[in-house]
Amino acid sequence: MSAPTGITRATLFKDLRLEWRSKDAINSMLFFSLLVVVVFSFSFDPTAEESRQIAGGLIWVAFLFAAVVALNQTWAREIRNQVLDAYRVSPAPANSLFIAKTLGNFIFVAVLEALMTPLFIVFYRLRALGPVWQLILVAALGTWALVVNGTFFAAMSLRTRSREIMLPLLLFPISIPALLAMVQSTTAILNGEGAHFWIVLLVTYDLVFTTACLLLFETVLNAE
Amino acid sequence: MTETASVPVNVITVSNLIKQFGRFAALRGITAEFSGGKLYAILGDNGAGKTTLLRTLAGLNQPSSGEVTILGARKFHDICRQVGYMAHPSLLYDEMSGMENLEYFARLYGITDGTRCAEVIRAVILSVGLDPDLVRPVGQYSQGMRQRMSLARALLNDPAILLLDEPFSNVDSRSAAEMVGLLARCREQGKAIFVVTHQGSLLENTADEFVWMEYGKIVARTRDLKRPENAEDPSR
Repeated sequence: MSAPTGITRATLFKDLRLEWRSKDAINSMLFFSLLVVVVFSFSFDPTAEESRQIAGGLIWVAFLFAAVVALNQTWAREIRNQVLDAYRVSPAPANSLFIAKTLGNFIFVAVLEALMTPLFIVFYRLRALGPVWQLILVAALGTWALVVNGTFFAAMSLRTRSREIMLPLLLFPISIPALLAMVQSTTAILNGEGAHFWIVLLVTYDLVFTTACLLLFETVLNAE
Repeated sequence: MTETASVPVNVITVSNLIKQFGRFAALRGITAEFSGGKLYAILGDNGAGKTTLLRTLAGLNQPSSGEVTILGARKFHDICRQVGYMAHPSLLYDEMSGMENLEYFARLYGITDGTRCAEVIRAVILSVGLDPDLVRPVGQYSQGMRQRMSLARALLNDPAILLLDEPFSNVDSRSAAEMVGLLARCREQGKAIFVVTHQGSLLENTADEFVWMEYGKIVARTRDLKRPENAEDPSR
């Protein structure tokens, strides 16, 4: 195992261990998503046909807002006791930290999605007319799009005075193309239509932004 | 200690170092040389620039102008394995035990061999007078225990240079004396040790030099704790 891979793995396990002990992120995310599912379900009481039209937007907006909670938490741990400085003075590469944080956030949001999806299906009487594997693919690509940018911008807003407000302000505008692709592809698959174009757009978005974040993260980490 | 044996005479050379935060100059043209195998106590009032100097030496602040050369290198990253840094906050995760914290930081320094890693960590925790088998998370430690665990983290990579910011704050006098003893032993191994402190008297019989700072400048360097009357007045 190469050194950067080992550091990524150690940082990821450390984050999972911290979350397992504190449950700061996952509890807030679950509570928020649950509220969205229940409140919208009772507000609109949609039919199965209507649900297929609106579910794409509803699901991703819920996950987007819930993800912000996890993204804020992920760096808050590093700021407490200034532990991030210990990482900065060490020989560990910056990108190992970024990849570990992104993977950690991906796991947190994926767990949330796995827990919330059955509730969405029940409350909105959802039944996909298209292939389910495509929905899983869109969920994975869309979640990566949210967390890779989110992790980067959360690190960027780390030293700002009101970082919890800054993160959505930075993240949401840049996520619009990905969000559009996520919503459109989910709606298309639920209605049994083709989603090829939107999936390709998501793949491209993920590749471009993952590369850009990896190239820029060291500068962000060492900014004063 | 093969690494410390080959330490050059001047381990740190600072040349006309200026650090500005916006319009405020925290360091105002520091030029100094520091040798290996010595313990330097950096003293001065609040806002004198002690912590900024230490953070700049640790590569956490970039100089606005001037140069810092550490162990012959101008880029901190080239020698970061040779530096141990302890800040005023603990730089530890409150939710993990001391052993878990140090296991993680050991990996950052490439200490990955399971048996060796455990041995190194146990030795370093014992050296600061703590119990390596303590399972309590660091968040439940007393302030003194946290400071000592923080010192253990700084010693983990057996550095040639130790940069310590207020290591004795909130530490009881007996623990502080033990920490001073440990620092003296580190100095005998050839390490250069820089201690920023407001409790200079703790180092009165141990420090090789007292470095006095005011208004972002080094105004005097003395062999004893008494600040000379004729020290340069940097406010002029």
